[in-house]
Amino acid sequence: MSLIIQIENLSKSYWRDSMEIPVLHNLNLEVERGGFLSLMGPSGSGKTTLLNLIAGIDRPSSGKVIVNDSDISKMGESALAKWRAINIGFVFQFYNLIPVLTAYENVELPLILTKLSRKERKKHVETALSIVGLEDRMHHSPRQLSGGQEQRVAIARAIVADPLILVADEPTGDLDKNSADEILTLMKRLNSEFDKTIIIVTHDPHAARIAKIVHQLDKGELIIK
Amino acid sequence: MKIPIKYILRNFKSRKLTTMITVSGIALVVFVFAAVLMMAYGIQSTLIATGSIDNVKIVRKAANGEISSIIDGETQNVVRSLPHIAVTTEGKQIISNEPVVIINLDKPDGAMGNITVRGVSPLSNYLRPQLKIKEGRMFKFGVRELIVGSSISKRFVGAKIGDIVKFAGDDWKLVGIFSADGSGFESEILGDALQLLGAFNRGNTVSTITLKLDDAKNFDTFKRAFDADRRLQQFEVKTERDYFEEQSELMATFIRVLGIFVTVIFSFGATIGAMITMYSAVANRTVEVGTFRALGFSRRSILAAFLTESILISLFGGLLGILLASLLSFFSISTLNFGSFSELEFSFSTSPSIIISSLVFALTMGIIGGFLPAVRAARMNIVNALRAG
Ligand SMILES: Nc1ncnc2c1ncn2[C@@H]1O[C@H](COP(=O)(O)OP(=O)(O)OP(=O)(O)O)[C@@H](O)[C@H]1O
Ligand SMILES: [Mg+2]
Repeated sequence: MSLIIQIENLSKSYWRDSMEIPVLHNLNLEVERGGFLSLMGPSGSGKTTLLNLIAGIDRPSSGKVIVNDSDISKMGESALAKWRAINIGFVFQFYNLIPVLTAYENVELPLILTKLSRKERKKHVETALSIVGLEDRMHHSPRQLSGGQEQRVAIARAIVADPLILVADEPTGDLDKNSADEILTLMKRLNSEFDKTIIIVTHDPHAARIAKIVHQLDKGELIIK
Repeated sequence: MKIPIKYILRNFKSRKLTTMITVSGIALVVFVFAAVLMMAYGIQSTLIATGSIDNVKIVRKAANGEISSIIDGETQNVVRSLPHIAVTTEGKQIISNEPVVIINLDKPDGAMGNITVRGVSPLSNYLRPQLKIKEGRMFKFGVRELIVGSSISKRFVGAKIGDIVKFAGDDWKLVGIFSADGSGFESEILGDALQLLGAFNRGNTVSTITLKLDDAKNFDTFKRAFDADRRLQQFEVKTERDYFEEQSELMATFIRVLGIFVTVIFSFGATIGAMITMYSAVANRTVEVGTFRALGFSRRSILAAFLTESILISLFGGLLGILLASLLSFFSISTLNFGSFSELEFSFSTSPSIIISSLVFALTMGIIGGFLPAVRAARMNIVNALRAG
């Protein structure tokens, strides 16, 4: 098995006024292609920060983040944006659908950044929506959907451009148990059936259990189980 | 721009009130801006239409306006000796030596207005073929009769056919109303030059001379002969068109400068309004910006989206303002003509260049108002933007 993510000596601090807030210290982590990793840990331990660094929306203070053989900590702003569009699918706790766009249009967004024609885009969007079981809700606006349905649309958006990696920050944190189970089953299927590498941050031990590997973060240090 | 335009349009719909208020602010400023330009342009077109290119006007140098110009009889004879003056079939030179005076008439609201009364010679119909008697008849030469321009007759009391106008210690009978293709002559009263000279005891001293050239092309030759004659040193010659154009220039420029000055000050208000609207749009959509960026949209796309939003607002405002202003062209108003110190009726009129300048003005407000908010949105840190939810 090849490695898709290699993190070496990663440190990250935030600055508030002139105060340094250290979050991650000398962290090392490897994730295999097709892996399913769950990050757990107390609030403030740096889970979201680590996930953001892997997904290329935040910058390390020092150390290397190598994803799919490129060191993303060295990329420029616009190169990194292009890289994200191709490699990363995001799933957020509060879904982050664009409220004025329909389910279809939300899912189509990542494809606008590709060279696909309108017709090809339509095919991809429909496929993604049918994977999450919402092809009949295509033209609904997010407001007309339940939380679970919104999160499924968000997952369709995350996978529509066929990225290598899905990152999900507490994807079930705002859902009831049934909806949460649906989402977790869907994630599992994306991992096993579609070979997506998945990293999920969660507080829920039940959610963590569907992952192949569970890591604990505590005060910026990784405790591998 | 990568972010779909429907994202922008639907956001307008989702905050209708704010959008409408901002659009109205810009529309209002553009309305005033366009109205001022239309007014200046209206005055110019009215006055320019008053002059024709093969008519030549002679006035005393430094006279500001016809009434302060004085041309004595000797000079009138010198002018007759110049080349290229058109002649009638009977061989008479087409020259009108015209005394110009100003009288007062009452408006219906009790205010008084200055009105130009021009004495003309029997040949003046060759000079102003656009003058048409609409009602009544032409005045008779040799008696104290007058004809009145249609816009005067419309707007002043005692300016109808059969009315008597008193000035220079005498009664003058109004016998006809004339039109003149909407030109400035419609704001004048005409009578027999000799009668006016007699009534005002002017001897043969007139205000200006208008004459026709045998060909408009010969103006330069005529002017050279005119300027070469030492006896005419105190006078100057222009085509009638240039004369009225210069007269309108002063007024049109005054209106434009004052109007643009005022609207530019207004426009700061509208621009700040647009800026506040856009800053609040950016603040309300911080998480959306973070999401777009996480999905891979570039900073430039975000900048373009918010700038487009602001430009669209200003475009709507600009179009609305222009639409409202164009309704003004159904109205005509009158004002004091600085060039002649008498009333001049004109209508607001638009031109493509006024529409373009108004749109550019509106878009400038949109671009300036939208720029800083758009930059703020584009520069947002993704992680912080996403945490803002
Ligand atoms: N952009 C930021 N600016 C300043 N401090 C930050 C920023 N992001 C995170 N932090 C701080 O870094 C620490 C780790 O934050 P992080 O969000 O990674 O924790 P977390 O493990 O995801 O917690 P939770 O379970 O509550 O989501 C916290 O103390 C947080 O206050
Ligand atoms: Mg977190």
